[in-house]
Amino acid sequence: MNRMSWFNAVSLTLGFAFLYIPMVILIIFSFNESKLVTVWAGFSTKWYGELMQNEAFLNAAWVTIKVAVFSSTIATVLGTIAAYVMVRGGRFMGRTLFSGMIYAPLVMPEVITGLSLLLLFIGIGLDRGVLTIVLAHTTFSMCYVSVVVSSRLVTFDRSLEEAALDLGCSPAEAFRLVTLPIIAPAVISGWLLAFTLSLDDLVIASFTSGPSATTLPIKIFSAVRLGVSPEINALSTIMISIVTVGVITASLVTKHQMTRQKREEQAAERT
Amino acid sequence: MRSFVLIAIPYAWLLALFLVPFAIVLKISLSDYAISIPPYVPQFDPETGIGALIDALDFENFIWLTEDDLYWKAYLSSLKIAVISTFFTLLAGYPIAYAMARAPAEWRPTLMMLVILPFWTSFLIRVYAWMGILSNEGFLNQFLLWTGLISEPLTILNTNTAVYIGIVYTYLPFMILPVYSALERLDGSLIEAAEDLGCSRLSAFWLVTIPLSKTGIIAGSFLVFIPVLGEFVIPSLLGGSDTLMIGKVLWEEFFSNRDWPVASAVAVVLLLLLVIPIVLFQRNQQKQQEAEQ
Repeated sequence: MNRMSWFNAVSLTLGFAFLYIPMVILIIFSFNESKLVTVWAGFSTKWYGELMQNEAFLNAAWVTIKVAVFSSTIATVLGTIAAYVMVRGGRFMGRTLFSGMIYAPLVMPEVITGLSLLLLFIGIGLDRGVLTIVLAHTTFSMCYVSVVVSSRLVTFDRSLEEAALDLGCSPAEAFRLVTLPIIAPAVISGWLLAFTLSLDDLVIASFTSGPSATTLPIKIFSAVRLGVSPEINALSTIMISIVTVGVITASLVTKHQMTRQKREEQAAERT
Repeated sequence: MRSFVLIAIPYAWLLALFLVPFAIVLKISLSDYAISIPPYVPQFDPETGIGALIDALDFENFIWLTEDDLYWKAYLSSLKIAVISTFFTLLAGYPIAYAMARAPAEWRPTLMMLVILPFWTSFLIRVYAWMGILSNEGFLNQFLLWTGLISEPLTILNTNTAVYIGIVYTYLPFMILPVYSALERLDGSLIEAAEDLGCSRLSAFWLVTIPLSKTGIIAGSFLVFIPVLGEFVIPSLLGGSDTLMIGKVLWEEFFSNRDWPVASAVAVVLLLLLVIPIVLFQRNQQKQQEAEQ
């Protein structure tokens, strides 16, 4: 490979600077002594301390995590089934409608999804709270899961499943013993995606939550509307660190798995 | 039989929580506003049946949308903001994707991760980060004052400029990734051939690289354009009171004015506005898949 031209080096540097400088500034100023977010007055971790005392934020964080765990787990199960049906199911009645309903939420503006779900919940008289947010988040994130899982299902060799069936597996066993282990990485990344989408969502949660359940993004949004505050910087720093550690770990694990898989495949070919 | 049950679960879920809610939005958009809870007059009454329903349908809310120029302006201004910001995102994203595709192969996974990482970070936090940078006493103004380029702080926060910056920043990964995957597949020998045949570097880029990365450019542009059209968070945090975007109007109609029928009508029109770009996007994706096969 030839050396990078100066033009490419400059665009990479500027591009990544643009992507990362705002977050770096945010993190640095979470350690600022002063209440003023833009003037440096010395190092301090007091905003983290205040954050830990803030009941409202802690409660909201707890609600958010509960919602994210439940909705991403249900979404992963439903999304995997949907992907399996779409890729392997052949023709069935209403297939076009089904695939339309899988893809539509991906491009739907959040304000519309949120509004329509709220109108449904009110229509059937369901009290808004944790349950309604879980239902809403499951609905849109299962579509993301099914897209991720079906892209893996499309590429994998179907004869493996057929071999299992020929060798006497029931379809359920073939799925559990052959298909699932192969698509597992996609299912896991689908779960992670659903989890982050749920953690992140402000608009749909605002429509579907009630006074009994406030999520962290709703709390952050109403605080941020009043202006920048060092406490929010501290909270953001914690969230950014969790995501960074998570993404780096996930990518290292995938890399490790891929090299192992390659090695096994090579070994299988040799024998 | 068992496969039927398998299909039925996600199918029923999506019908109940995706399709039915839409039907409700459509229905309420055709209802009258009423000061009550819920704040509209229900349309469908099982006792009077379908006939009465059709009689009672009422396009008042849609007519209202065409008469009050707030909505016209909001739709047009959302379109304008979406088009301009998609263009700038492409302008910023293309060189980055290009440089990534030309980078040594062992760097690429790391560069990819660096592009994806912000995408996993909270959208709200990334928008919030710019509030401290763009405000009057923010870092950008401090920096510009320090360099002596300006003598008075610029007002950027709460203007459309801030909205553009926010959109380009948050949607940049959506542009970079498809363009990068198109450029990475591109066969380098084609460019060499063009240069051997007498093209200058620039015209080889213009005549070979750009057309071959077209699907990536189109996919990236739609991935930015479609969600920006209904964007709410960016205009409400970075924009000013004069920043009109339809997502924000819908939100305010619903939460502040509590006019559900009008909010629903705004949603229906926004959806109609999105149908064309979504269909075009789907076509582009299909073409790409066929080309790969």
